[in-house]
Amino acid sequence: MTKRRLVVVTAGLGQPSATRLLADRLAAATERHLRPAGVDPAIDVIELRAHAQDLTNHLLTGFPTPRLREAIDAVVAADGLIAVSPIFSASYSGLFKLFFDVLERDGLAGKPVLIAATAGTARHSLALDYALRPLFAYLNASVVPTAVFAAAEDWGRTDEGLDGSLADRIERAARELAGAVAARETVKASDPFDEPVPFEQLFGSVSTGAAPASGLRDEIER
Amino acid sequence: MQFGIFTVGDVTPDPTTGRAPTEHERIEAMVTLALKAEELGLDVFATGEHHNPPFVPSSPTTMLGYIAARTERLILSTATTLITTNDPVKIAEDYAMLQHLAGGRIDLMLGRGNTGPVYPWFGQDIRNGIALAYENYGLLRRLWREAVVDWEGRFRTPLVGFTSTPRPLDSVPPFVWHGSIRSPEIAEQAAYYGDGFFANHIFWPKEHTQRMVGLYRRRFEHYGHGRADQAIVGLGGQVFMRPNSQDAIREFRPYFDNAPVYGHGPSLEDFTAETPLTIGSPQQVIDRTLSFREYVGDYQRQLFLIDHAGLPLTTVLEQLEMLGELVVPVLRREFEARRPAGVPEAPTHASLIAASAAADAEEEPRPEVETIPATVAAPR
Repeated sequence: MTKRRLVVVTAGLGQPSATRLLADRLAAATERHLRPAGVDPAIDVIELRAHAQDLTNHLLTGFPTPRLREAIDAVVAADGLIAVSPIFSASYSGLFKLFFDVLERDGLAGKPVLIAATAGTARHSLALDYALRPLFAYLNASVVPTAVFAAAEDWGRTDEGLDGSLADRIERAARELAGAVAARETVKASDPFDEPVPFEQLFGSVSTGAAPASGLRDEIER
Repeated sequence: MQFGIFTVGDVTPDPTTGRAPTEHERIEAMVTLALKAEELGLDVFATGEHHNPPFVPSSPTTMLGYIAARTERLILSTATTLITTNDPVKIAEDYAMLQHLAGGRIDLMLGRGNTGPVYPWFGQDIRNGIALAYENYGLLRRLWREAVVDWEGRFRTPLVGFTSTPRPLDSVPPFVWHGSIRSPEIAEQAAYYGDGFFANHIFWPKEHTQRMVGLYRRRFEHYGHGRADQAIVGLGGQVFMRPNSQDAIREFRPYFDNAPVYGHGPSLEDFTAETPLTIGSPQQVIDRTLSFREYVGDYQRQLFLIDHAGLPLTTVLEQLEMLGELVVPVLRREFEARRPAGVPEAPTHASLIAASAAADAEEEPRPEVETIPATVAAPR
C-alpha cells in the first residue's frame, strides 16, 4: 500500500456542524476510493474554529502560534485537501478565508483539492463556483471538477443512488479526488534554509547580466 | 560584545494619556537617548530610516552627525539603511562623510524596507526588493573600495570614471551588517561577503531567528570567511523593566495592548512566551538575554528597543538607566565569561585598520584599489 496524506479543513462553527458532517462523509468516501487503488491514506481533520483566535493573531503579528503552525504545515504537506465552508452572506465564511489568507504562498500549488459547502438553502449553491473555485484557482490548486454543496434539505432525503443526489455527488467528487491523489507524486517540501540557493545563482537570477556574478566573486576575492 | 539601543523613530500616542509627541519632541528624544546611552557606557546607538508618517528619521546621517559631535565613544549605526530605495552612490558619500566626522565611530545596517508605497515614491518597485538589495550593495562596496568605478546595472544610471568622495577614513570602509526578518536571501548575501548579519529578533519566535542565523553561519564558513562560530551576528531585543516584575507587567500592558505592530492581537503573556519580548525585573531581562546565545551561538552585538509604543521619554530614560546600570554590566561580564576563544568581537574602525594592515603585510596591494583592503572579513 502506498501512503498518502489527506487533510480536511472545515470551517463549521456549530458542535456538531453540518459542515463537519459533510467533510467527514467526503473524507470517508475518498478513503473508500483510494484503498482499491492501493493507497493507504492518513486523514487529518482541521477544525478552523479551534484556531479562530490564532488566525486573527497571525494576521496581526505575522507569525503563527505553534498550534496553528502545525495545522498550516499539515495542509502544505498534504497530498490532497478537502476544504469545506459554510456559506455566509453569499460566500465562504470569514474564518475559512482567514486560514487561506495566512497560508504561505505556493502552499497549495498543484495540490488536488475537493471543495464543498453547506448552507440553509440550495439558493447558495453557486457560491462554490463563483467564490470557492476562483479562490483555489488563484492559489494554483488543482480543484477537482465536482464540487459538493449540501443544503439543509439534503440531509432529509433518502434518494441515495439517484443521479444528482447528495450521496451521488459525494461519490463522484471523492472518486475524482482519489484519482488525482493516487496519480500524483507525494509532496516533498523544499526548505530554503536547509538547501540554500548559492548567492551567485541568486544574484544571476535577479540581475540582467550587467553585473555578472563571476565579476562580483572576483571583487570580493581580491 | 557590544550593547546598545536601536530606535524606530515612530511618533505614537501614549495610550494612557492619548498624547503624541510632536515630531520635534520625538527627534529631540532620540538624541537625548543617544547621549544618555554614551553617558551610561553603552556601545551603540542605531536609528531607523523611514520616509512616511508616523516616523521622523528620514535623514539618519544628519542626526548621527549631530550625535557624533556631542559624543566621544558611542558607535553610531542604523537600523536599517534602505539599500533598496536609496541611491547607493548617495549612501557611499553620506556614510563616508559621517565616518570622517565621527572619527570612524560608525557602521551601518542595510535593510530593504517593507512599506510598499515608499518604493514607487523613490522610483522603485517592492517586487524588486531582493534584486535592488543585491545590485545596490554590490555597487556600494565597489564605491568604497575602488578609487575609480565604471559600473552598469539594472536600476541606476551607469557610472563611467566615477570617484565617490570623500574616500573612506583611513581607506577602511564602514563595517556593514545586513538586517532581515525573514529572507534567507539576505542571510546568504551577508555570508557571501563576510559581512555581519543582524536578526530583528523582536517580532517573531526565536525558532525563526535561529534558522536565519544558522543559515548565515553555515554559509559564512562555506564562503571561506572563517568558522561558522566566527561569523558576526547581531540581535535585537525588546524589554520593559521595573524592580518588581508585576509592576513592569502592569505598567507596560496598555502600551503592549495598543502597540502598532502586535497590539490588539495576542496577550502580553502569550507574546512574551512566543517571542523574545521580556517584561519583568532587570534580573529576568539578564536571564532571558543570556539565553539568546543558546540558540544563535556566541554573538557580537545586542541592541535593545526601548522607546516604542508611545512610552513617554521619562519612562524610556528610566529603562535606559536600568539597562546601563543594572543589566548591561552583568551581561558584559557573563557573555565574556561564556565566549569561547576564537570567537571575535564585532569589528570596529580600529580593528578593521589592524586587519587591513595585516592583509597588506601579507600580500602586495593591487594597484587599481589604491591601498584599500580587499575585504572586511577576517584574513583567511
